[in-house]
Amino acid sequence: MSQTEANLPTHGAAALSIRGLTKAYGDKLAVDNIDLDVPVGSFYGLVGPNGAGKTTTLSMATGLLRPNGGQALIHGVDVWQHPLEAKRLVGVLSDGVKLFDRLTGAQLVTYAGLLDGMSRETVAERVGDLLELFDLAAAGGTLVVDYSAGMTKKVALACALIHAPRLLVLDEPFESVDPVSAANIRDILDGYVRSGGTVIVSSHVMDLVERMCDHVAVIASGRVLAAGTIDEVRGESTLENRFVDLVGGRRHGEGPEWLRTS
Amino acid sequence: MVAHLVKLRLLLLKNSLMRSPWQLIALIFGGLYGLGMLVLLTVGLVALSWAPFQFARTAVVLGGSALVLGWIVIPLIATGIDQILDPAKLITFPIPRRQLLIGLTLSGALGIPGIITTLGALATAGTWWQHPLGAISALVCAVIGVLTCIVASRAVLSLSAKLSSGRRFREVGGIVAFIPLVLLGPIVISATQSIRGASDALPGLARALSWTPIGAIWTAPSDVVSGEFGAAGLHFLIGAATLVALWLLWGWSIERSLSAAPHTATRSTNAGKLGFFSVLPASPAGAVAARSLTYWLRDPRYSRTLIMVPLIPALFVFYSAIGRSTGMVNVSGPLVAFLLSVAIFSDVSYDSTAFSLHVSTGIRGAADRLGRATALGSIALPCVIVLCIGSVWFTASWSILPGLLGLSVGVLLSGLGLSSVTSARVTVAVPAPGDSPFKSPPGAGFTTMLTSFATWAILFVLVLPEFIVAMIGFATDQVIFGWIALVLGVALGCVFAAVGVRVGGRVFDRRAPELLAGLRKQV
Repeated sequence: MSQTEANLPTHGAAALSIRGLTKAYGDKLAVDNIDLDVPVGSFYGLVGPNGAGKTTTLSMATGLLRPNGGQALIHGVDVWQHPLEAKRLVGVLSDGVKLFDRLTGAQLVTYAGLLDGMSRETVAERVGDLLELFDLAAAGGTLVVDYSAGMTKKVALACALIHAPRLLVLDEPFESVDPVSAANIRDILDGYVRSGGTVIVSSHVMDLVERMCDHVAVIASGRVLAAGTIDEVRGESTLENRFVDLVGGRRHGEGPEWLRTS
Repeated sequence: MVAHLVKLRLLLLKNSLMRSPWQLIALIFGGLYGLGMLVLLTVGLVALSWAPFQFARTAVVLGGSALVLGWIVIPLIATGIDQILDPAKLITFPIPRRQLLIGLTLSGALGIPGIITTLGALATAGTWWQHPLGAISALVCAVIGVLTCIVASRAVLSLSAKLSSGRRFREVGGIVAFIPLVLLGPIVISATQSIRGASDALPGLARALSWTPIGAIWTAPSDVVSGEFGAAGLHFLIGAATLVALWLLWGWSIERSLSAAPHTATRSTNAGKLGFFSVLPASPAGAVAARSLTYWLRDPRYSRTLIMVPLIPALFVFYSAIGRSTGMVNVSGPLVAFLLSVAIFSDVSYDSTAFSLHVSTGIRGAADRLGRATALGSIALPCVIVLCIGSVWFTASWSILPGLLGLSVGVLLSGLGLSSVTSARVTVAVPAPGDSPFKSPPGAGFTTMLTSFATWAILFVLVLPEFIVAMIGFATDQVIFGWIALVLGVALGCVFAAVGVRVGGRVFDRRAPELLAGLRKQV
């Protein structure tokens, strides 16, 4: 618990503050009473093995999935008490959801902007900027259904950014994105954080999180195992080793005999 | 390996039943229905044994041919017959092709349609029970016939899947193929009318079919009974050769589809062109309407419904030409209004998880509802009005126009209001975006039907006032009732639409995350 306490902001509201969030499917606890604080202006990594509850936690924190209990505050606004106000402050990139892919890229981003209630002029200007930023300008007139996986990710990210949120919650933003696009996305996110925004990314690529983020939380089996700045969490070791230590399940040995080819 | 595939098929069936009790109920109902059909069929087939020989033979051959044809055509249109064991999903396993085909065939025979077909075909032995040799040959031929059904159906499915692997082609092709199927009734009727001209033509038809691949195998036992062993041998050979040919064709097409990756066609427009988004108001509701309109025109799952708009009056015009009474043409206006307005009774289901964009942007429920209803209304209202005017012009009954318009507009607007509420409440299993619009997830049929019926019943109650008044007007020829119905229909329709958007919006605001959770479950 000491790591979490060390991370509590000394002043004002955190960008995202989670208290006791819980979600059960049947009798299986997907998220078990999680507490987490994401300081304003941090680049926060959420790491954990598959099925650890990362997506469930982020969905509950952004108003997409109703928790069984607990609270999530975005810049002090309770997500489940005042959903409309809270959602205006946050941009979300969900993993594994479809997009309205019968729209062209430009139409989809425009759609996201208009749903947020922005004016036509603002939307048009930002759509142009975002498509340019994500190298999608040439593909703006192509149906999203015909996009590659990486382009789809980028257009979804553009949808999350269009209303200039103060907090970005990105679930697996780098999955199936090619290295060049990933580097570009990282630059964009870095710039966003430098200008005062807060980013939360979930990932299971430790190297990426170690290089990119300044804070990290390790989640497994629906619980926070460690949270804090990268240095606090990894200590003397690398993040990957620390992660494996925390989560457990590392096998020692070389696998069964028949798998050794020599 | 074959046993593995069959076991996998049964395991998949079992697991899909475990997911929801509704699926189990759907299976039980399907099973009961099939059992009833089977009992009737068996009784009929055995009863044929006392009928004149020619008659029995004609019936069996025609029935058998229709069965094979049904197995080929039905999966192409209403993919209720589940393609659970998709060969494409088995591509990574090193299964010898012959065993793969045998496994797929056997697992195909293990669905309800397969079992019914098998038992029904075996029951043809009952028709010839007085001739033991004929009965035995009927059993053998029944097995070949059933295998022909399954293999033919799989082969055609596999071939058509390959033909239509390009997205645009698949989408347009699916819709175009739909048109002749809707018009199947008229086509069959005109065909049979010319046959009925010579009412003894059925034995002739059966004789002709008996030499075709679909009918030959069903003819052989009757040849044995009548002692024409030469003809029996030939018919049997044709039937067996058909099965072998289909088998090879199927194997070839699977081989091809496993080795060739589907190609996709892309289409690009000018990025600056935003379509409906630049025409409709720049508000959340306007954006939802623009998105819905785009989908109505671009997504085959929606445009399938729009195709009905010209087809329904065409059907009625045709049937009225046969029935000598033109009155039924007038039904097309209200009917299209009804079909279109309830088409979106679970509109959110068609969004699939893309709906999460609506939840994460926190759009107000009323705006979402209003946008969806407006999009459909802006297409449906002109269609319905034109259909009403067109149909009274066709039937030369201008006096019923006000009543007809009142009823149609009332149905449309009330239906839109009702759908606005129901689609915030229920999610049903629908074809996923990009899937064939005719694909239905297994077990979905029954639950969807149940919710649809409930929606229809409520809609009927909502439009009862204008319905009754319009009916009085039609029955008494008093034009004043028509005008009252028009006023009632428009006024009540507007009220129900407004209330529906309001109430649906409130439900949406409360339940949006639950809707999304329901949609996630279906992926």
